[in-house]
Amino acid sequence: MSYKEISKSFLDTADVTVGDTVKVLKNEITYEGILLDRSEDAADSYIVLKLSSGYNVGINITGATIELIEKGDRPKISYEEDIIEKDLNKDNISIISTGGTVSSIIDYKTGAVHPKFTASDLLKANPELLDLANYEVKALYNILSENMKPEYWQKAAKSIADDIAEGADGVVISHGTDTMHYTSAALSFMIKTPVPIVVTGAQRSSDRPSTDAFLNIYNSVGAAKSDIAEVTVCMHDNLNDGICALHKGTKVRKMHTSRRDTFRSIDSEPITTLKDAKVNKVNLPYIKRGERELELSTDIEPKVALIKSYPGIGEELINYHIDKGFKGLLIEGTGLGHVPDYLVEPLARAKDENIAVVMTSQCLYGTVNINVYSTGRLLTDAGVISGMDMTPETAYVKLAWALGKTDKLNEIKEIIQTNVAGELNKSSSVKYFLN
Amino acid sequence: MAKDNTKEAPKIERNWEELGLMMGLEIHQQLNTQHKLFCPCSTELIDEDFDDAIIRNLRPTQSELGQIDRAALQESLRDMTFKYESYNQHTCLVETDDEPPHALNREALDICITIASLLNMKIVDEFHTMRKQVIDGSNTGGFQRTGLAAINGYLDTPYGRVAIESLGLEEDAARRVDSDGEYTEFRLDRLGIPLAEITTNPSMDHPEQIKEVAYMIGQVLRSTNVKRGIGTIRQDVNISITKGARVEIKGVQDLDLMPEIVEREVQRQLALIEIKEELERRNASVDETIYDLDEVFENTSSKILSSAKCVKGIILRGFDGLIGKEVQPGRRFGTELSSYAKKMGVMGLFHADELPAYGILQEEVDAMREFLKVNPEDAIIIVAHDPDIATAALSEAIRRAEMAFDGVVEETRKALEDGNTEYMRPLPTANRMYLETDIPLFQITKDMIEPIANNLPELPDEKKARIIKEYKLSEDLANQIVRRLLGDIFENILTQVKVDSTTVASVLVADLRDLKREGIDISIFTETKLVEIFKLLESGKISKDALKDLMIATSKNPQKPAEEVANDENLTLLSEDAVIEIIHEIALNNKEMIVERKMGAMGPLMGMSMKKLKGKADGSLVNKIVKDIIQKHM
Repeated sequence: MSYKEISKSFLDTADVTVGDTVKVLKNEITYEGILLDRSEDAADSYIVLKLSSGYNVGINITGATIELIEKGDRPKISYEEDIIEKDLNKDNISIISTGGTVSSIIDYKTGAVHPKFTASDLLKANPELLDLANYEVKALYNILSENMKPEYWQKAAKSIADDIAEGADGVVISHGTDTMHYTSAALSFMIKTPVPIVVTGAQRSSDRPSTDAFLNIYNSVGAAKSDIAEVTVCMHDNLNDGICALHKGTKVRKMHTSRRDTFRSIDSEPITTLKDAKVNKVNLPYIKRGERELELSTDIEPKVALIKSYPGIGEELINYHIDKGFKGLLIEGTGLGHVPDYLVEPLARAKDENIAVVMTSQCLYGTVNINVYSTGRLLTDAGVISGMDMTPETAYVKLAWALGKTDKLNEIKEIIQTNVAGELNKSSSVKYFLN
Repeated sequence: MAKDNTKEAPKIERNWEELGLMMGLEIHQQLNTQHKLFCPCSTELIDEDFDDAIIRNLRPTQSELGQIDRAALQESLRDMTFKYESYNQHTCLVETDDEPPHALNREALDICITIASLLNMKIVDEFHTMRKQVIDGSNTGGFQRTGLAAINGYLDTPYGRVAIESLGLEEDAARRVDSDGEYTEFRLDRLGIPLAEITTNPSMDHPEQIKEVAYMIGQVLRSTNVKRGIGTIRQDVNISITKGARVEIKGVQDLDLMPEIVEREVQRQLALIEIKEELERRNASVDETIYDLDEVFENTSSKILSSAKCVKGIILRGFDGLIGKEVQPGRRFGTELSSYAKKMGVMGLFHADELPAYGILQEEVDAMREFLKVNPEDAIIIVAHDPDIATAALSEAIRRAEMAFDGVVEETRKALEDGNTEYMRPLPTANRMYLETDIPLFQITKDMIEPIANNLPELPDEKKARIIKEYKLSEDLANQIVRRLLGDIFENILTQVKVDSTTVASVLVADLRDLKREGIDISIFTETKLVEIFKLLESGKISKDALKDLMIATSKNPQKPAEEVANDENLTLLSEDAVIEIIHEIALNNKEMIVERKMGAMGPLMGMSMKKLKGKADGSLVNKIVKDIIQKHM
């Protein structure tokens, strides 16, 4: 119970705990209802009741008295597990949950939302999925996407590889949206895959009737069954509930805090779109199912910093990271890939201390070119590696991954500037902007 | 407005107490805030063409599904795709459900505190915003945000004290717009306008009482900062009688119609009880089979039947004659069945007892009865449509027919303009609510309540009493001033001009209304304009009797100063000498009458003078002159 101090001692006087039906008397008013839990960060000296009308109300316990009407259980919700028969004619799709919820049940008695992670939960909420495939569903971990760490990428990659080795025809990863594009990039570098690996999520939680989770997961399963054997992100293509876009895992970015169609292809366009779990016209070449053998390469160096240049940035920012033992610095420069000229010196120092420095652009769109202006040429001389047309996030992940393989700067440069998973385009296109 | 059959309906004096009539009210009132409840958009409805349309689906959430049941899910997903009209500037991402709600609108909460105080309610210590499941598409999120603001109030009425159970603060729903497209369409302009929801307890027991209580609550609301005009207040009525069931009637617009709606609902419940008893007597039953009738109507000349993909029918055994039984004026038991079927997408049902009609021939009816091997006491219902829709519609008709054995069914019904009601949906079993986690809990402290509670607007009754006392108005005039919300303008005018208060009140309640009825745009009569006109009266430039003519003339030329209009229209007062001269002339022409009738000639002479002067002289002056002249002749 998250009641504390004042409210806890008040509740203790009547031996009341969450779930009990109680009567609270205050200033000649009687409230009767079920005692609910109160969030940890809410003010003390209030208790929460759910009235029979369904409304919750907070009561300040100052001057109030409480009486137990009936003991109740702390509400628990679960359904019986159904055995779902596998259909041999259907693909076997593995669904891996990393956080957020694949489905939720609302207990209207108390108003509690119970997150659910099992296959049976997912399929109960979205029985249409049964038309598409057989499923193995597992909850790998349950963290908020902002708390994601490089070590979780490794764990996810290994788990995915296990599923593929065991015969999964495709894998769907459910993921919080905040750092989804970091994870999709990491998985892209870590796994050479013979089958589709599709990362998806929801901008509106699954306890709401308007959730975008269903459409996203439904089309993700469609993508996981397709011929596109790459790591991709499958999310709403626009504000309508209809079409999802399938983005390359290394060329995608969350571009809006709250819209359903927040994920956009950057310096690229979606490989394809999906409607009713079916692939539409294909826009980009892709690696086909079975074209590659499964290969895992999960080593990663976590001591990499992402530094954004801005007017007035101090050189101590670079020196700090050098002093703290960082192995790689990913710079988000201005324009074509610039930083103030006084940063050239500390960046050259980084090189001298065998720290890899990669330049990307905060423009997000377009290719870095540090040969056009003099500062750029100075940066090249200082050993700064161009991240070319990678997004800062993809380049950050790639740098950490490259540092997992080698600490030789020339080898790192080679890795950074060699296309591994579709992160580098051979050429630009007029189509690759704001689409 | 009540239609003709209101008048035709025989007025039955019912014994409401014996019937066990119980009624409660739920009133929704839009608040006149600057911004919506959870976003910065304005609270005005938009008539411009929309900029964008968004297509969305809603899915019932888990607790409503239970076990995997494909059929049930498909059923619930039927018509669950919606189209929302949005604006680039007038609506934002909060309405489209693409942005979390912003903090609770304090202005709306303050209005609720005012309303709660006026209704003697206890305001909650902490306001919790809840999500109430609504999956008919009227809320883009699939839930309405609502919170409990106050409880335990009362209102004293001529029928006694009525308990006000609760005051909620919630979002209005999106506005349904006509659409010939494939989706149910809504406009987002109304979504999120703050609404106060006032619920009385269900203790009212007379149809006139519920009207009075609704009126009084409306008056309380209108003394606060709420929206005015059509659609800004919506009344729902809960009705039950002892042998019947609770029925919620939504959207009663016209308060005068309320007693009629109650009467007709009671009538409907009594008729349904009679039908139930008759069905039991007859040992009737519902055949659950849906029959294919394509064979029977293969060569039909009925266009309605031949243009449909199939014709299907059901048999209601022992229902003969009951389908046509009237349950409300102009509505039969068959209409109740149809309204359930219509929810599945058909235009209506055919009842065999209304055939031959619609191009269906008697011989086809006979052939159908033969084909279905029915008995004379059985009723047949048919529908012509696509096979799955026809089947769904008839399944609903079967379901409703089976309910007839229970008498009255708990339902939510829609108020129709003639006082009848139509089935909308089943009564919600319980409020499906859970906490809106995107909005922080809101503590309502004493510091917030006290300044509002100490500065409450005057209630209508208090205002009336004060106006009678302060301005010496008649009860009737004061009543009209208050009921029609003219109190402020009345008092404001009187602070600016020294004229008779009854004259001002009469202009406001009577003359303006008359002008409006004559089709004159009375919106030009602003406070300033009226003050300008009354100033002419105050300074003696016009007479009281010329006011109305001057207003008519002004309305044709609102830009022109009232004094000029009065001059142009020859409505200004004549000098006393000129008046004496005119009356003298009249007296000369009627000399014999004056001599003969003496003071008895006063009335006729006054009449003739006033007619001749046409408001160009003050009545009391004319009276004095006429009197003088008669006395001189005596």
